[in-house]
Amino acid sequence: MIGGLDRKQQRAAYLFIAVPVGLLILFTLAPVVYAIFTSFTNYDIINPSKWVGLSNYTKMWKDPFFRLALKNTLVYTALYIPPGLLVALGTALLLNRKRHFVSTFRVFFYLPVVASTVASATIWYWLLNPQEGLLNTVLRWFGVNGPAWLYDPNWAMVAIVIMSVWAGFGTNMLIMLGGLQSIPRELYEAARIDGASRYQSLRHVTVPGLQRPIFLVTALLIIGALQVFDQAYILTQGGPGNATLTIVYYIYNDGFLDLHMGYASAMSVVLFLIILVISLANSKITNRDLTAAHKP
Amino acid sequence: MTTATLHKAANAGKSAAWYVMVLFVSVLTVVPFLWTLTTSFKSPGAILQDPLHVLPLHFTWSNYSDVFSTVPFGRDILNSLIIAVVGVLTNCSFGALAGYAFARLKFFLKGPTFAIFLATMMIPNIVTMVPTFIILHAFPLVGGNNIFGHGGRGFIDSLWGVVLPGAVGAFAIFMMRQFFGMLPSVLADAARVDGASEFRIFRSVYLPLVWPALAVLAIITFQAYWNSFLWPLIVLNSPNKQTVQLGLATFKYTYSTNYGPLMAGTILATIPVILIFILAQKRIIEGVAFTGITS
Repeated sequence: MIGGLDRKQQRAAYLFIAVPVGLLILFTLAPVVYAIFTSFTNYDIINPSKWVGLSNYTKMWKDPFFRLALKNTLVYTALYIPPGLLVALGTALLLNRKRHFVSTFRVFFYLPVVASTVASATIWYWLLNPQEGLLNTVLRWFGVNGPAWLYDPNWAMVAIVIMSVWAGFGTNMLIMLGGLQSIPRELYEAARIDGASRYQSLRHVTVPGLQRPIFLVTALLIIGALQVFDQAYILTQGGPGNATLTIVYYIYNDGFLDLHMGYASAMSVVLFLIILVISLANSKITNRDLTAAHKP
Repeated sequence: MTTATLHKAANAGKSAAWYVMVLFVSVLTVVPFLWTLTTSFKSPGAILQDPLHVLPLHFTWSNYSDVFSTVPFGRDILNSLIIAVVGVLTNCSFGALAGYAFARLKFFLKGPTFAIFLATMMIPNIVTMVPTFIILHAFPLVGGNNIFGHGGRGFIDSLWGVVLPGAVGAFAIFMMRQFFGMLPSVLADAARVDGASEFRIFRSVYLPLVWPALAVLAIITFQAYWNSFLWPLIVLNSPNKQTVQLGLATFKYTYSTNYGPLMAGTILATIPVILIFILAQKRIIEGVAFTGITS
């Protein structure tokens, strides 16, 4: 009798997951395999695909635009992660208090996340205007002559980083805040009784207690940063002089505008491997710190 | 002065410093939106003459009518709404069903299947984009395609092409599984003894208990579809199929320094998600924090 009930339950379960499993196979699992296959071919949608072996990968190695896009993407990632992490942590520490209006401020801090990247980028396109933009106007009050930002190849990427930190820190702030609120109060009490200073309890109670959220936020930042596209598309169209051409931008141009599907797939596979390697390194470093932090 | 009053003064100082800091951050996050709003009500001359005047001297709606006359923004809004609402419905219904199955039902290969769903959350979107495009393009029997997927464009340049790949995200399943997993199993046991079907137990016993979670999932999904850009940009070509974000991008491209209409378009593209956020902010913030902690 119990067996009959279990079989009924199993049949229901398979029906419940049928559509999601079908979509998962069609739009995630099959595409991953297909991406690797396509990267060894030349395919333009219209003509039948042609097997070309490793030539897409060797082409990439010599392609100056791919090298530039890779360099730009790594520069963006390196510039974006430290402020992305610190702003999220700092604002989370600020909001981890019991004060009047703290939930109102939490809403204000989170507001940029709600707007789309396209909308945020358009707003910043106006803020960053060299003459009438709010940013350079405020800088002028302090006697600073702001750069031409999006029109200056040396500053365009920095401008995109500033906009991205502004637009994205809210989500990571909430993850950090969740981590902060799960640190037991007694640990702070114990540290205070032992005579720890504010800095010491931050260094030895807060930071070790935040290892997991810090790891999660870093991983999310890396994966997001290496795939940056919307901001570069709206703010600079990859310019000036390709200074903000990123890998995903190049994949978009080459794969979907010029229909070089094989080459675009090869580049996306390489980007995937880069993301994998950096994510694994991140988890190694964080795990090492985690075990080190737990030693007496 | 006694130590108690000294203590009080020190606390008041700390508290003042805290308010200064949170106000400073709030200015940085809120002022750009306010500036966008005021710019959208200024005439072109006023914007360049005095960009910092907070309130427009000559209030005008003309930037908003410019938006609708240069790009089919009304049509764009409708397209975005269709995509987002269909995406919310599929994610919530199938996400709840699958999440329930993974949390509450016993079946063969449950663990490995769920592990695969979880693992796919780590795969960067860009890897699957080219093949997904090819699959949608060669989808049989739609968009002029024959049974072998030849002859037409399949789901390319159709709103379905935007919705389908994310119609049941792994995130939706994962989130609903977490919430169904927190409920007691005695409810199901009692209903089974009474002879209720498994779907009925799901629908009448457990689903009513997770409405708040389902609402959060609906809001998060709506925002994700409404704000998405790269995938609609790849899939949609015809001007009458564009979404709001694509319309805004086109607008920015053609009107690059005409800031008044540009900011009006930005406001229109942002208002729905801001309104939903303000109405449900407590739930959204708790939901985001919850999923952050559990993942």
